[in-house]
Amino acid sequence: MSLDASDIEKIAHLARLEIAPESIERYAADLSNILDLVAQMDAVDTTGVEPMAHPLHMSQRLRPDRVSEHDRRELFQAIAPLTEDGLYLVPKVID
Amino acid sequence: MQNKSIAQMAAELRLRTYSSVELTRHYLERIARLDRRLNSFISVASESALAAAERADRAIASGDAGPLAGIPIAHKDIFCTAGIKTSCGSRMLDNFVAPYDATVVERLAAAGAVVLGKTNMDEFAMGSSNETSYYGPVHNPWDADRVPGGSSGGSAAAVAARLCAAATGTDTGGSIRQPAALCGITGIKPTYGRCSRWGMIAFASSLDQAGVLARSAADAACLLDEMAGFDPRDSTSADVDVPDYVDALDDDIAGLRIGLPKEYFGEGLDPRVAASVQDAIKEYERLGAKVKEISLPNSPLSVPVYYVVAPAECSSNLARFDGVRYGHRCENPKDLEDLYKRSRAEGFGAEVQRRVMIGTYVLSAGYYDAYYLKAQKIRHLIADDFTRAFEDVDVIMGPTAPTTAFELGAKMDDPVAMYLNDIYTIATNLAGLPGMSIPVEPVDGLPVGLQIIGNYFQEARLLNVAHRFQHVTHWHQGAPSGFE
Repeated sequence: MSLDASDIEKIAHLARLEIAPESIERYAADLSNILDLVAQMDAVDTTGVEPMAHPLHMSQRLRPDRVSEHDRRELFQAIAPLTEDGLYLVPKVID
Repeated sequence: MQNKSIAQMAAELRLRTYSSVELTRHYLERIARLDRRLNSFISVASESALAAAERADRAIASGDAGPLAGIPIAHKDIFCTAGIKTSCGSRMLDNFVAPYDATVVERLAAAGAVVLGKTNMDEFAMGSSNETSYYGPVHNPWDADRVPGGSSGGSAAAVAARLCAAATGTDTGGSIRQPAALCGITGIKPTYGRCSRWGMIAFASSLDQAGVLARSAADAACLLDEMAGFDPRDSTSADVDVPDYVDALDDDIAGLRIGLPKEYFGEGLDPRVAASVQDAIKEYERLGAKVKEISLPNSPLSVPVYYVVAPAECSSNLARFDGVRYGHRCENPKDLEDLYKRSRAEGFGAEVQRRVMIGTYVLSAGYYDAYYLKAQKIRHLIADDFTRAFEDVDVIMGPTAPTTAFELGAKMDDPVAMYLNDIYTIATNLAGLPGMSIPVEPVDGLPVGLQIIGNYFQEARLLNVAHRFQHVTHWHQGAPSGFE
């Protein structure tokens, strides 16, 4: 499996990572090597094998629909980079 | 003082031979004096440690002390601790002080343990050498030019160097067992779901499990007794009774059936490591165990499967780091996309970015079936191999890592070579099984680990099997020169 520069740019965009143009080649080589390692899976016949959804084959536990958590917005927002009136601030999205 | 067992320290604290404040000061002094050579701590919490030690001394005096009252430990910097920075080894969280304690932290505190600080680790637990940390590599106390293993490399080095009585760690693909092996200490990764993941920063949620790094199986049992158990706040926490691990340590192991997977003794294993592991297995035979060769035919596929499943889950888990709610935020973002992209590119190191990209790729439209679904199917085959093996044997043994500790920088330019270092540990995580590493005879002065894998929820048996070995051998007592 070999990834080229445009593949890397597309993946980095999907992953929301800014990558420097000079490191694209290196990422292409590293990621291609990792995918070569992963390609060993292709030799295995998995017809009829169920994918493993949980190591202990447990199903998702649900809790009763009751209020269990209380408002701690101030505490949680105290570590945010930028907030105002209880809201997180980001650059303007809509003009 | 630092060479005593946890049980002995606990007993002497109760007899007031020394106080927890004295014991805590002793460890803080060792950290201040010796950790410059190792870089095993990211944060040292002297003030809160001494305050906790005073509380422990008062509890001991009034007779209502918990089982670990006054015992100084350290937490891997992946566990959230209210009031002490939790960096996860990343620039992304260099400014992060969690608003709450992880369940594991809370339980150990409730048992009276004193937290000396937070240990260094590979960034977001992604690495096998502790070289991907934003805070610089950790040095192996047995040879400062070598790695301690990873990702719990700081915890392993700190325990081996006697800078804390024991430490917590996490293991997603070998991150407790491999550094324990490379640093000559005892490490246990319990069954998936045995210890709560709540407040433990997520890497790969279907594989991550908290555990202990300690100087002996008996010490590890003391901590695991307090850490293990159901937690309603972790949706994958196992609601299964927890036996008393300390009580089971001395059980007889005559007749124990040990399986040796032939795949774990093949090509790639250093013959000197193999010889050391074989000698340890002979010791088990002298203790009355029966050994047979078994096969885990799909285990060679563990590494490829892992490098689909773990990056896929990591890319999803690390999507939360967006520069908005906490963690690193870039300067002067020109729009929202720029805020995301630059905050993440500046906050994450190279290995984390590689894994996020692999994970993003294998989960992207058109590739899901070929990668993630295929990997989850083979994962089932790998787990079935173990289920079959455990019909005939009680535990599985083999090497923890293919070699002793390698030199710093030796594998940093070749991610795939680094990944192969976890070839014997990964299958256990994929299957969700508990595993341990205990020190056996060193090779050229460098530690070697024997891996012991058990069936689901058989941690008591593993600790017992490890303890019986440590009862008749002394490898676990060796201290690196300069840290005795």
